[in-house]
Amino acid sequence: MPENAIRAEGLRKRYGETQAVDGVSFEVEHGEFYGILGPNGAGKTTTMEIVEGLREPDEGTAQILGLPSWPRDRGLLRRIGVQLQASAFFERLTAREQIHTFAALYDIPASRADNMLETVGLTDKAGTREDKLSGGQAQRLSIACALVHDPELVFLDEPTTGLDPQARRNLWDLLRKINSEGRTVVLTTHYMDEAETLCDRVAVMDNGKVLRVGPPQDLVQELGVSTLEDVFLQLTGREYRE
Amino acid sequence: MRPFLSLSAAMTRGLLRDRSAVFFILIFPLMFLVLFGALFKDTSTDQAKIVQVGDVKVLDGIPAKEREELREVLKIEKTDGSAEARDEALTKVRKGDTDAAVFERGGRIELRYSAADEVRAGNVRGVLNSIVQQANQRVTGQPPAFRLKTATLADQSTKPIQFLTPGLLGWAVAMGGVFGSAFNLVSWRKKRILRRLWLAPVSPAAVVGARVGVNLATAFAQTAIFLGIASLPYYGLELTGHWWLSLPLVACGTLAFMSIGLLVGSWAKTEEAANGLAQIIVLPMAFLSGAFFPLDGTPSWVRAISDFMPLKHLSEAMQDVLSRGESWGAALPTMGGLLLFAAVLTALASRIFRWDAA
Repeated sequence: MPENAIRAEGLRKRYGETQAVDGVSFEVEHGEFYGILGPNGAGKTTTMEIVEGLREPDEGTAQILGLPSWPRDRGLLRRIGVQLQASAFFERLTAREQIHTFAALYDIPASRADNMLETVGLTDKAGTREDKLSGGQAQRLSIACALVHDPELVFLDEPTTGLDPQARRNLWDLLRKINSEGRTVVLTTHYMDEAETLCDRVAVMDNGKVLRVGPPQDLVQELGVSTLEDVFLQLTGREYRE
Repeated sequence: MRPFLSLSAAMTRGLLRDRSAVFFILIFPLMFLVLFGALFKDTSTDQAKIVQVGDVKVLDGIPAKEREELREVLKIEKTDGSAEARDEALTKVRKGDTDAAVFERGGRIELRYSAADEVRAGNVRGVLNSIVQQANQRVTGQPPAFRLKTATLADQSTKPIQFLTPGLLGWAVAMGGVFGSAFNLVSWRKKRILRRLWLAPVSPAAVVGARVGVNLATAFAQTAIFLGIASLPYYGLELTGHWWLSLPLVACGTLAFMSIGLLVGSWAKTEEAANGLAQIIVLPMAFLSGAFFPLDGTPSWVRAISDFMPLKHLSEAMQDVLSRGESWGAALPTMGGLLLFAAVLTALASRIFRWDAA
């Protein structure tokens, strides 16, 4: 395929006094597992939102799968899956009802939704309401809801935040599986070990700019340190954020 | 069509599983109807009850024909003339078991009544007075020069249930409309479902349509239950010919109230703020719109304010078609006004609408 999965050029977005995104450009190839890293307030979320098509950039363009993500294009939205940071569930519905509702929004057969529930290991929790699911179960359900329509490109926003080590490892396996099936995955995370094991390439952001892009191992060697966490701290400093 | 149906199903399930929402939208107004309907059922008794102690010439001497006519307004219970009987009768008056006690002492007719209920007191005084006047007139042996003939009209709209039902139903529909859309909007924004829907290939019409559809279904369910209960023989609501016009009226009202909810939900950041603001709007509106009691006796400025309330116009038009036998003439202008109101507020809400809390 000639086009990149994502092509962002010169994105800028300002909220009042804050320049949230200040000239961000990056490309993600088809089938790639791409990580966007950065401390709180670095501009990761806004960058993701612009690329997904939730917000219009003040400047610059974002193309996904060869098409502009703004203005809203329903044909394009069919081909991407988005898992939002907070668990975006319909109130008081069970896990099965949630994923069936999302399946209907994409006009996907209900059987496929049930299969997806099985893939993320929630079949025995199908009758449980969203507010009664544990943190890990809710994360898995939201990923299942993002994948129910078999998208080519998947956005995951801090999918493992607040999970215990078991749930995290299981989720990693799931994410690797999604990627190995040929989907492009874009992930934001605060866990450097996660980015190191999962991502083909990472972009480190701070102050609304991309500081460095490359495979985790290359960055480690380039800066002469031992882990991606060292890379991160060396690039973004050690002061408290937010 | 499938997104619309599945979103409607999701909203309906969410609503039915929210016990407090079901209570406030359906049970709570219904409690008012059941309670007020029962309380105000018998306010129109105008028959006075008196106890006659011993012989009273004017009462005993009423001709049979007049006695027959009097029976509708006066019920006389006669006891013997002993002192105990008189004490007993006075105690009954004090307790409110009877309206008055009457006895004759030395040629004078004495009437003892309680002043607790001025209407009843006046009533019994008036009746007794006219009996005495007539007796006096009979003694003269002349035919009376003037006769007053009175009759009450059976005015259906004065029966409390006839205005309670449209008023309380309007209030119920207002609560359902305002709270339904305000809560839905705030909660979906907070839980980021709005953004999730933006990122799904679903048309805004399907989302808005589902919400409107669920609210209309709720309003029609409220209407069916209200009219069903008020029509029970116990409450005795009598529907007039064009009562079914209340359905399009309720539909237009729902849209008007949903637009209020939309405005509230666009402004409020949390469910608590939405709840507070919605209460501040709905409750005074219900009082000022005559949902609980008629506005006839209120100062003119109250009525001037109430003219701006969609609920007032809805209640009035509903009363017109439900129990005053009116038709399109009463319903159409109100429907138009409600839709206009909805359009203006929706336009206003769209200007302050936000996709997310940030």
